[in-house]
Amino acid sequence: MAKAAAKKTTSATSPSVDRRPALAGRAVSATGVKVEVLPPAERISLRAPEASVAALSKALGLTLPKKPKTSASKAGRTALWLGPDEWLVIDEGGNDPLADCATVTALHSAVGISHRNIAISVAGPAAEATVNSGCPQDLSLDAFPVGAASRTILGKAEIVLLRTANDAFHVECWRSFSDYVFTFLSEGARDAAG
Amino acid sequence: MLLIRCPYCEEERPELEFRNAGEAHIARSANIAGESDDDFEKFFFIRSNPKGIIYERWRHMHGCARFFNAVRDTVTDKFVMTYKAGEPKPAKLPGVAK
Ligand SMILES: [Zn+2]
Repeated sequence: MAKAAAKKTTSATSPSVDRRPALAGRAVSATGVKVEVLPPAERISLRAPEASVAALSKALGLTLPKKPKTSASKAGRTALWLGPDEWLVIDEGGNDPLADCATVTALHSAVGISHRNIAISVAGPAAEATVNSGCPQDLSLDAFPVGAASRTILGKAEIVLLRTANDAFHVECWRSFSDYVFTFLSEGARDAAG
Repeated sequence: MLLIRCPYCEEERPELEFRNAGEAHIARSANIAGESDDDFEKFFFIRSNPKGIIYERWRHMHGCARFFNAVRDTVTDKFVMTYKAGEPKPAKLPGVAK
């Protein structure tokens, strides 16, 4: 990755092909909560029937969760249950889950969506209130404990929500919605703080 | 806000995550090209539109994204029950006098 980027910058004919993450580096702090864009990560959208789950779990190095609204995490990689045969796999450790799935012969569909999504961290005592400013789900610890994951909505945009700690959430959204989602969360953070 | 139970997520979720997808249990003919115009019209355009209990398809669009079926009362807007796509019409409805 770094090598490819270095090559591109030395080429005078294609000066603008470097990866430009949406909203990179943006962060807003309010009393009790910080909303921050996370660095780029590798991501895949995975669809597979029940019979392929064991082989895919083995290749990915973690057990794909089968229970609704749950996730599984290991060594910088997280698999989020999105539907009965659908997962979002996020790798923040620099490894490529798409390459791991390519070794699996069992029926499945793995699509690289690393650049389609961006991730925003919402952390602090007011994180729950901040996300709830636009998300209608019950985010109390009983209903949405640490590790809980769900596709849902925030305002008018679809997001994928993962609770990473009692007071921290990982929000994924499509990059074309990212400005809206980030601004919505920033406003929510100010409201939650006030 | 209405809470709708998704049979795949196995819990009640806010209505904003859902989309209505028309009447349920409308079977497409296996020989659609052989249908008469009248029969095709019935299949394609005519819906029951009852006052009271209706069987509908719903989609957990911003959740698990699956289609499922729901029994709803068009007068009170109350969801009587939901069940997975492909399952038959429930014989008994909880809390509904026939
Ligand atoms: Zn669902």
